[in-house]
Amino acid sequence: MITLIAITALGVFCLIAEIFNLRKALVPVTVLGLLGILGSTLNLYSLGELSSDYNTMIFADNYAKTYSSLFILLTVFLVAMSHDVYKEHQTKISDYVAIKVFLLAGAVAMVSFANLSMYFLGIETLSIALYTLAGSSRLDIKSNEAGMKYFLMGSFASGFILFGICLIYGTFGTFDLKEISEFSGALDKAIWFSIGVSLITIGMLFKIAAVPFHFWAPDVYEGSPSLVTATMSTLAKVVAFAALYKLLAAMNLFPTIQFQNIIVTVSILSMTVGNIMALRQENVKRMLAFSGISHAGFMLMTVLSIANAASNLCYYTYAYALAGMAAFAVIIAVTKNKDNENISHFNGLGRSNPLLAAVLTAALLSMAGIPIFAGFFAKFNLFTQTIQAGYLVVVIAGVINSIISVGYYFKLILAMYTKETQETTQNIPFVYYAVGVISILINLVIGMHPNVITDLLN
Amino acid sequence: MDNILNQIGIENYIFLSILLFCIGVFGVLYRRNAIIVFMSIEIMLNAVNLLFVAFSTYHQDPKGQVFVFFSMTVAAAEVAVGLAILVSVFRNIGSVDISNLKNLKG
Repeated sequence: MITLIAITALGVFCLIAEIFNLRKALVPVTVLGLLGILGSTLNLYSLGELSSDYNTMIFADNYAKTYSSLFILLTVFLVAMSHDVYKEHQTKISDYVAIKVFLLAGAVAMVSFANLSMYFLGIETLSIALYTLAGSSRLDIKSNEAGMKYFLMGSFASGFILFGICLIYGTFGTFDLKEISEFSGALDKAIWFSIGVSLITIGMLFKIAAVPFHFWAPDVYEGSPSLVTATMSTLAKVVAFAALYKLLAAMNLFPTIQFQNIIVTVSILSMTVGNIMALRQENVKRMLAFSGISHAGFMLMTVLSIANAASNLCYYTYAYALAGMAAFAVIIAVTKNKDNENISHFNGLGRSNPLLAAVLTAALLSMAGIPIFAGFFAKFNLFTQTIQAGYLVVVIAGVINSIISVGYYFKLILAMYTKETQETTQNIPFVYYAVGVISILINLVIGMHPNVITDLLN
Repeated sequence: MDNILNQIGIENYIFLSILLFCIGVFGVLYRRNAIIVFMSIEIMLNAVNLLFVAFSTYHQDPKGQVFVFFSMTVAAAEVAVGLAILVSVFRNIGSVDISNLKNLKG
């Protein structure tokens, strides 16, 4: 709860800083503030159950702590990069930074809720902040279109989630997650409960862009400004997964056969469709959107091995989000003054800027699941435990899809190292190198010591 | 209140809400004018609010009614952002027809 209050206070501070003309100091101060909050999040909870109640609105367990740390870390990277990205919009920088910080507050509320109303407010804070950011490049018609599409799809999905919450409330007469968890273990429940859970799941699958509900993702990812795409594909996706897992676990759904069949189908479809569509993309952001859809399939797969689901999902999301953040740092740096994000802009990057090329290569290899990066160990654990849980078909689909995914990741890597460039080298600010290198290093560290994450969780 | 709910039955409230919700869903799916799409989304949310209040009376529990205030606030914030995006779309392409938004494809 202290994390949430501190983040919101920081957001308000960002807005006030505008009045006192502190724009130059804004980004450093926000980054320092977020790092302080990160430290206190990791530290406070280790002192014990410091804040587990608040009228049963917030339950700050280890699960919430682990994910909150990841979200704060990602936001630190995003805010650090926004100084350079919004250089030409100095008058608006405090709005952009404040919206990102409020988005983080929504994200933290979505993993530490103990009451469905907190969950709903969290998801709406996050979504509304993202609609604004997606359309934030006001004069760019692509950004307008992305904002509009994201808004329509997102609020449509919110309607489903709200209806789901309503039917669950109708069944049990409470919003409290603990009570719902107790009641839902009983055998005789009203039919409304199943309908409500299905509606919430549909709404959340919209937000994570799993396959039957993925059609908005590529357009929105391509049209939004690159920094916002980075937010969506790393932060927003991970948040939605963490919240979906927490909800479904609380409703005692995982052991039921029907639910497992749905997860198996959606997971296989997401992996396959995402990968096959990614193969024919020329725009890097669009390609990463489809790769994100296929990763959603892998992340859904974690739910099948019930005993280790939480730690597998957590490890996979850390690996995916950090690799994605590194990749986007390079993409933003390279395509900063370009009209689009075509692969041809990356031609010859290996010679003109070896460090950025190395960071992007490492990030893509981690996403593809090549050893020594965390992405490999995440997939390896996931596949082993899913086989042990007895879902061989999903694992076979997963392995085949990992092989397909190498195809389009290597298309970009080959463009960087084998093709010649015609463009003159440009000066790239230090912050992009810093963000890229730090995220890849964290990715490597958790790859070599997976128990860093597992210890946090337990 | 309890008496009225007994006479009408909670099922009828659920059916009415589902009907309104479906009207909203089909509005979003079939109408091309952005303003009407926004209205349809509002119908979806308000159908749910109606059901919340009905359940709240059914369970004799005020939490549902409080939740309606949250969801109304959120709906207002959401539509404010949506209209702002719509204004910038209108300035750029001079139309509120969402089938004109076809720049992103592939």
